[in-house]
Amino acid sequence: MKLPIYMDNHATTPLDPRVLEAMLPYLREDFGNAASRNHAFGWKAEAAVEVARKQVAALIGASDKEIVFTSGATESDNLAIKGVIEFYKAKGDHIITLKTEHKAVLDSCKRLERIRQERLDELKLLRLSQLAETDVTADNLAELSVKHRIDEDATYQKWAALPTGGARVTYLDVEADGRVSLEKLAAAITDKTVLVSVMFANNEIGVVQPIAEIGRLCRERGVLFHCDAVQGIGKLPFNVEEMKVDLASITAHKMYGPKGIGALYVRRKPRVRIAPLVDGGGHERGMRSGTLNVAAIVGFGKAAELARQELPDEAARLLRLRERLRTGIMSQLDLLKVNGSMEHRLPGNLNLSFSYVEGEALMMSIKDVAVSSGSACTSASLEPSYVLRACGVEEDLAHSSIRFGIGRFNTEEEVDFVIRLVVDKVRKLRDMSPLYEMAKEGIDLKSIEWTAH
Amino acid sequence: MAYSDKVIEHYENPRNVGTLDKADPNVGTGLVGAPACGDVMRLQLRITDEGVIEDAKFKTFGCGSAIASSSLVTEWVKGKTVDQAMTISNKDVARELSLPPVKIHCSVLAEDAIKAAIEDFKKKRQGRAPKQTA
Repeated sequence: MKLPIYMDNHATTPLDPRVLEAMLPYLREDFGNAASRNHAFGWKAEAAVEVARKQVAALIGASDKEIVFTSGATESDNLAIKGVIEFYKAKGDHIITLKTEHKAVLDSCKRLERIRQERLDELKLLRLSQLAETDVTADNLAELSVKHRIDEDATYQKWAALPTGGARVTYLDVEADGRVSLEKLAAAITDKTVLVSVMFANNEIGVVQPIAEIGRLCRERGVLFHCDAVQGIGKLPFNVEEMKVDLASITAHKMYGPKGIGALYVRRKPRVRIAPLVDGGGHERGMRSGTLNVAAIVGFGKAAELARQELPDEAARLLRLRERLRTGIMSQLDLLKVNGSMEHRLPGNLNLSFSYVEGEALMMSIKDVAVSSGSACTSASLEPSYVLRACGVEEDLAHSSIRFGIGRFNTEEEVDFVIRLVVDKVRKLRDMSPLYEMAKEGIDLKSIEWTAH
Repeated sequence: MAYSDKVIEHYENPRNVGTLDKADPNVGTGLVGAPACGDVMRLQLRITDEGVIEDAKFKTFGCGSAIASSSLVTEWVKGKTVDQAMTISNKDVARELSLPPVKIHCSVLAEDAIKAAIEDFKKKRQGRAPKQTA
């Protein structure tokens, strides 16, 4: 067994050697530009891209014409959300998403909210400059708005109803198990809603959302459904037809393919349209210009093919390893909590809170194992994971959480090593923890007046 | 983020982990931080009647820097008088451990813990003084 052990497969996965083999010719002799239609180098590259497109499409039950290659899932999420809002702005401007989504989704939504606010402020300024006797500046904007009752002004209201290119966003809470409530989602849909964006599986707690049910709801209500499917693809079955997904983001490096290549699935029937983010040579049917990264696309295709072939066996194997890890740790330590639903969960994910031990300190003490912590002590902000907080995990427990991500290349021997190491180090750190000592003495930690800082 | 060798050394071999008797009139206890913020430091000092710190113990819930900062100050305060210990500042701790800017907070906690422990000791003495003279 080689140290350190990699158990952070939600962050990224190692390149499968079979994927690398498939890629190598396209980094060597077959270097052509897939858009070169007039010679053999171009034809070969284009043929390889089309094979990969079919392989990626097959993994999600799509047609190859529905796959748009991007630089990764962050770009795919941006393209789906901003592209839909821009294209359908005359229809509506409301998005519904979850508080536990990836930052690529949340921050795209936040930008659209800012754009909308800026446009409205511009309109307000324009209207006020017609009404006001003095110069309107940023400083007196609010004051003059009240004075001239601008938010009630009929002319302004009419202007404000025009498409802004931005969006209003509803960020839904999740239930304690990390899943969205379908009732709350249905209730949030209005006649202005154009898009619902809900991830397939969460990157921190591995919780799998009811995608087929959300797909059915969105189709019934005439709302587009985007799914950031990155973490679940290749680990659990995902089918865009059965699940009625309209747009789906995927990426190669979370399924043993190369980094820097991803795709957006864009439905053809019924047709979904998006405005491009990247303009240029009109590649990818005009939705994403830029010379195709042929070698990476070939690797992505191979990774997708392997994931599809090996999915049932691999899912069962990961589940066995995860359960071995979970029961191995939990049978030897007290005061632990699994974050997120156990029933609806990625097979390789275990997110555990170790009460009275700080997550980063634990990570540091098990440095032979690469994992991830929900504690934010490593970043400038002292706030712990927003995903755990959105699931109602108390702040102190959120600071004490560790994410284990088991993947294709982890072995039983590695899992057993991790169990021994974690149990030993948690005991040591708890011996050093004043909170553990106080809890053992029966002191209610909530009754203590802590010094705020 | 990479830690300095000194942080790692203290983290792996923390000095003076443990608990002193809270009820001992010569022991001052300082408990600072908050679980919700991810760090709680408890520093205990046994101080002689002449005001010399003869023993120091800590327990810390927190990241590597928090543990290293508390371990370091237990070494520093031992043998010092109360007045000398009061002059230890977070800057000294941060400099000694080469803490990165985001971890300065841990050194502030260590300084606060010293002050809180000494304050607790002084309070106890005040409470006890009339009894001695009686």
